[in-house]
Amino acid sequence: MNNAINQPQTILVLGGNSDIARAIVAELSSPALKTVVLACRDAASADTSGFANDVEIATITFDATKHALHASMIEEVAAEHGDLDVVIQAFGQLGLDVADDPVAAANLVTVNYAGAVSSGLAVAAQLRKQGHGTLVVLSSVAGVRTRASNFVYGSTKAGQDAFATGLGHSLHGSGANVMTVRPGFVRSSMTKGMQEAPFTIDVSDVAKAVANGLKKGSSVVWAPAKLRGVFALLKFAPDFVWRKLDS
Amino acid sequence: MNSEQLALTGWGRTTPSVASLVDISADELTQTGVLERLDQSGRGIIARGMGRSYGDPAQNGGGSVVRISDGKIEVNSARGSVRVGAGISLDTLLREIIPLGWFVPVTPGTRFVTVGGAIAADIHGKNHHVDGSFGSHVQEMTLLLADGTQRSLSPTGEHTNLFWATVGGMGLTGIILDATFSLIPIETRHCVVTNERVPDFDTLIEKMIASDHLYQYSVAWIDLCATGSSLGRALLASANHASLDELRVMNPKQTTDPLAYSPPMLADIPSVVPNVFNKLTIKAFNELWYRKTPKLQHHTETLTGFFHPLDMVGWWNRLYGRNGFIQYQFVVPDNAVDTLRSIVEKVAAHGHASFVNVLKRFGPGSGGYLSFPTSGWTLTIDIPSGVDGLDTLLNELDEMILGVGGRHYLAKDAQLTPAVIRSGYPRLDEWKAIRRTVDPNGRWASDLARRLDLL
Ligand SMILES: Cc1cc2nc3c(=O)[nH]c(=O)nc-3n(C[C@H](O)[C@H](O)[C@H](O)COP(=O)(O)OP(=O)(O)OC[C@H]3O[C@@H](n4cnc5c(N)ncnc54)[C@H](O)[C@@H]3O)c2cc1C
Repeated sequence: MNNAINQPQTILVLGGNSDIARAIVAELSSPALKTVVLACRDAASADTSGFANDVEIATITFDATKHALHASMIEEVAAEHGDLDVVIQAFGQLGLDVADDPVAAANLVTVNYAGAVSSGLAVAAQLRKQGHGTLVVLSSVAGVRTRASNFVYGSTKAGQDAFATGLGHSLHGSGANVMTVRPGFVRSSMTKGMQEAPFTIDVSDVAKAVANGLKKGSSVVWAPAKLRGVFALLKFAPDFVWRKLDS
Repeated sequence: MNSEQLALTGWGRTTPSVASLVDISADELTQTGVLERLDQSGRGIIARGMGRSYGDPAQNGGGSVVRISDGKIEVNSARGSVRVGAGISLDTLLREIIPLGWFVPVTPGTRFVTVGGAIAADIHGKNHHVDGSFGSHVQEMTLLLADGTQRSLSPTGEHTNLFWATVGGMGLTGIILDATFSLIPIETRHCVVTNERVPDFDTLIEKMIASDHLYQYSVAWIDLCATGSSLGRALLASANHASLDELRVMNPKQTTDPLAYSPPMLADIPSVVPNVFNKLTIKAFNELWYRKTPKLQHHTETLTGFFHPLDMVGWWNRLYGRNGFIQYQFVVPDNAVDTLRSIVEKVAAHGHASFVNVLKRFGPGSGGYLSFPTSGWTLTIDIPSGVDGLDTLLNELDEMILGVGGRHYLAKDAQLTPAVIRSGYPRLDEWKAIRRTVDPNGRWASDLARRLDLL
């Protein structure tokens, strides 16, 4: 249960090694935080270092492509650690070379989109049962308007984003919430070596935006906040302009 | 029975959770199979009174929250006691008993609490230093147990442990159905009140120690914005019930119908208002409040004016806007005055405490395992929930309070941790053991219980 100043006691991270998710956990840390559960493809690969001393760090195996196991995994975590106050959906792959590889592209869809849907529904069922809690979905501006350079990835994010916002509506009145986060280019180990885009930010900036959004009960958070206005325009820019911007 | 899925909060309006809110008569509640049906989700059941506790004790996300919708009031004038349904509010009760010449043994700062809530939180009033808490006046109560059976409990009878686990037990031992408790005889609906402006903290402490045993009621409104030489300046209010003779002398116009009681309601705050409290408005309010009282005033006040001034404005909690607010209440031992002063300094330096800040001296505790009151100083602080630095401030206060053997009030809490509660309530494990004997399968549950690891 969150306390009266919106500090969670229990956080579950789907994609436990995600830099952004870990920065969010750090931002949400307080004496109220009891448990962080890191769900990774292989529980043993979860990096349990770097968290506050008195917080219990638990790990569990979570494979985004094993959809059949998602519901039972969430139930297991809740049975063991109690109500989930914040769940961060942070797993995903960039799939930089999939545009010419139909099978790899479909696999990316299975991880980023199908995995988000099945784990998202499993989390929603638990939060609904609790009557409280927030699912934080790390979407991306890449899904707001897809680009030639990463359109398969962008399309998975578009799907995940549409799913997340719709899920939020379906949970209205249940006490459970969904917060969809749309970061721009974020410096992290996932994007290391890639060329930075305008409005590039650090993981800690995303984390602050998320913490702030949780405090305010936002349903959508852009990081940086400016991107909201930028994409309001870009979304409707003519195709040739969009292609030019992307090149 | 009437049930509805609803987001519930406490009076501080901070942490909503959605539960099935069930209004049910005591008769229906006690029929076989009803508890099973209410607990279909497996998330448990908790009783709720009028939701006047500040945090989450009367919420139960995903489960059932039960309000008793009926109840009788049976006054026994010969014994000076009353038997009341647990869902009855002190407001309803007072309207019935004041005209008969009786007053409740303990009243909080609002009449809008139920008898069940009063026992479950073992509430205290301005007379705690003389009369103790609500639980001390309960002679008998009926508790609905997790298995659907009922048990009659008394303070010294066969089930004395369960009685004292239920007094202050925050609804987690079962649902109180009714209670019999003693009343205070009164001759008028007035109090003889002495109000005094006190210029600083040390004078306040001195005066309270020197004088509070002379009055049945005593409390200080403390200005937590004042700093420097005015640190801890306060209005000390001390009172006794006015006898008819006193009223004749002090306020003869009021003697025609001295026990008539119809508490006024001035206004309701609408449901959506922005937070009106910031450092400036809070400071101005405290300044005004302090100045409005003459240096020394000796007069009569109505019971409403003295005990329940806040009740004249309905839903004043909405003035804190969407983020809601926290009421932080603790007690430290009598000899911890220096710590108390440091706390007042810290809060004043932070500058966000608002307007219902109250200092009171408690007498000895009642014997409830989780009862809050115990000999010493209790301070109550209201702070808007969204302000900067609140978590750091409260964590520092927690440490100072626990360091001198103090504790926090569960009925007000909305932000403590299991460790802080454990340290403040050394009998927690004994209480848990008693609780488990009557609820082995976890039928009772609340957000508070989950948050603070009470089950
Ligand atoms: C303006 C204001 C001033 C206050 N002043 C004081 C004060 O001076 N002193 C003080 O001690 N408190 C004070 N309080 C707090 C208040 O007295 C307590 O929180 C009280 O418990 C509220 O009663 P309620 O009926 O609203 O109960 P709720 O807030 O609805 O519930 C409180 C607890 O009681 C339990 N409960 C309720 N009914 C039953 C039942 N039938 N059986 C078992 N458990 C039950 C609930 O499960 C919950 O744990 C104040 C509150 C306000 C808003």
